[in-house]
Amino acid sequence: MLSSEEREEIEREFAHYPTKEAVCIDAMKIVQRRRGWISDESLQDIAGLLGMSVDEVDGVASFYNLIFRKPVGRHVIMICDSVSCWIMGYEKLRTQLTSRLGIKMGETTPDGRFTLLPIVCLGACDHAPVMMIDNETHRDLDPEKIDAVLEKYT
Amino acid sequence: MEKVLTKNVRPDLSYVDLKAYEASGGYQGLRKALTMAPAEIIDEVKKSNLRGRGGGGFPTGVKWSLVPMGGDALQPKYLAANADEMEPGTFKDRLLMEGDPHQLVEGMAVAAYAIEASVAYVFLRGEYQLSEERLRRAIAEAYEQHYLGKNVLGSNFSVEMFVHMSGGRYMCGEETGLLNALEGKRANPRTKPPYPAVSGLFGKPTIVQNVETLCNVPYIVTNGADWFRSLSLTQDGGTKIYGASGKVKRPGLWELPMGTTIREILEEHAGGMRDGVKFRGLLPGGASTDFLVEEHLDVKMDFTEVQKVGSRLGTGTMIVLDDQTCPVGMVLNLEHFFAQESCGWCTPCWSGLSWAEKALDAIENGQGQSADLDHLSFICKICAPGNTFCALAPGAVEPLQSALKYFRDDFDRHIGEKRCPWKA
Ligand SMILES: Cc1cc2nc3c(=O)[nH]c(=O)nc-3n(C[C@H](O)[C@H](O)[C@H](O)COP(=O)(O)O)c2cc1C
Ligand code: SF4
Ligand code: FES
Repeated sequence: MLSSEEREEIEREFAHYPTKEAVCIDAMKIVQRRRGWISDESLQDIAGLLGMSVDEVDGVASFYNLIFRKPVGRHVIMICDSVSCWIMGYEKLRTQLTSRLGIKMGETTPDGRFTLLPIVCLGACDHAPVMMIDNETHRDLDPEKIDAVLEKYT
Repeated sequence: MEKVLTKNVRPDLSYVDLKAYEASGGYQGLRKALTMAPAEIIDEVKKSNLRGRGGGGFPTGVKWSLVPMGGDALQPKYLAANADEMEPGTFKDRLLMEGDPHQLVEGMAVAAYAIEASVAYVFLRGEYQLSEERLRRAIAEAYEQHYLGKNVLGSNFSVEMFVHMSGGRYMCGEETGLLNALEGKRANPRTKPPYPAVSGLFGKPTIVQNVETLCNVPYIVTNGADWFRSLSLTQDGGTKIYGASGKVKRPGLWELPMGTTIREILEEHAGGMRDGVKFRGLLPGGASTDFLVEEHLDVKMDFTEVQKVGSRLGTGTMIVLDDQTCPVGMVLNLEHFFAQESCGWCTPCWSGLSWAEKALDAIENGQGQSADLDHLSFICKICAPGNTFCALAPGAVEPLQSALKYFRDDFDRHIGEKRCPWKA
């Protein structure tokens, strides 16, 4: 069940578009912001509210990078794997992250603290290599910096 | 040189609020626009030679003149700012939105007035959280002062402005993919014609315009087309936000006259190559532009001149390749991106690009054969403009075809030595 807060926030978006369907992505983001991911149940609730079929909403969800259809950890690390970061040492960064966290790309640590995902160019190429954790962008990363950054997230 | 778009951007990137923006002449463009007829504005923008900064370089005024005007036009008409910025190596629109968000709001208000649009969306990359926060704040401030909303500054013009946060996918930046994404669908491209200017968002006339393009508009209205053209060193009007990333001494962004040479950007502004590495080549305007090399350093960075030497200005943010970085590895990274982002609609694109990625991966890892190079050239041909539904595939093969041309020896070495010479 959507909370009344979620429902209200989604319904506020209705005023911005001529169709309910147009709110589909916003709706998923609103729910995901609170729950971390979009479960089958959330998907059904959103479909119901927007008058869409579950398959339609799922088809949209699966297309976009930032909609998670599987549970994620408390913090989501998105590491830029695009060209400028690659030139500036993305591979080393990835190796260090996967070994520190003991997981592969796409996985979540057993304690549920971090999920590690690749992301395309984060638009901070002059400070490569770059990663985002939750809403924060971390720039000019090197091995020492990474350890310090990870410690901030519990 | 006169800074236009970045004159308010603070070194610490702190928020430039409405007061500060107004103090620097902000919203004068909108005030003046409201005293002009929409057709006059479109005419001025045409004369200014403002060309789209999203990568394509299409003349902005010409695009606007395709929008049906007057009482018979379908309503509401829409304007969408393309703030998706997912082209690898591109980071200029972020600066404009974080550094001076009101400038985009004003640019959008003026553009909406010129095409008589009553609804405007900022289609914003989902990861650009700070841009979102600042744009929402700027939009709220603009509503309060009646720069947006019903009867803007007491005129007959009304416009609503909303921010849409993208779900994240490169195809959302393609103009018709963007329209589908705004309608809550997958960001697949649409057939053209009909062009969005005639039938776009929700079937209504729509203009999709890059952030940097829109930011220029108020100044053209305030200072006129001649002034705008005089900012440039070449035929294309205005300044340009150029950038450089890779192993240069000072990666960054600089607003310079349109037509500044690659050499000046690279050597003066980016400070040249880092100690211990040598220049080998660059992609002048993001991931989907052809490599240029040493012999091209004196080329002027504008739409016409870069095209003359076989590449494109693209987004104007260059990605620099150095001699310690493997060109095959770099192209593999690029094709991985394009193959992953292909929407799967056209066969040359999805099958060609994923095959190219596999072949490059084999070559990079010492398993390549010379026949692979012929196949790669073949893929470049079948993905040429006109063979696919949208510009993703043609853009994808630009760095590949030019790498095969300029770095052919490096490909051959990988195949001959059965390893990447750059890996220890
Ligand atoms: C795959 C693809 C992605 C694109 N991404 C962007 C983008 O992120 N931002 C942008 O302004 N233009 C992007 N474009 C170009 C747009 O299709 C369109 O030409 C542009 O937004 C028009 O605005 P302009 O004339 O002001 O450049 C992209 C094109 C393609 C084919
Ligand atoms: S060129 Fe590629 S991305 Fe564009 S429509 Fe065809 S398959 Fe989709
Ligand atoms: S390539 Fe990593 S931020 Fe642009």
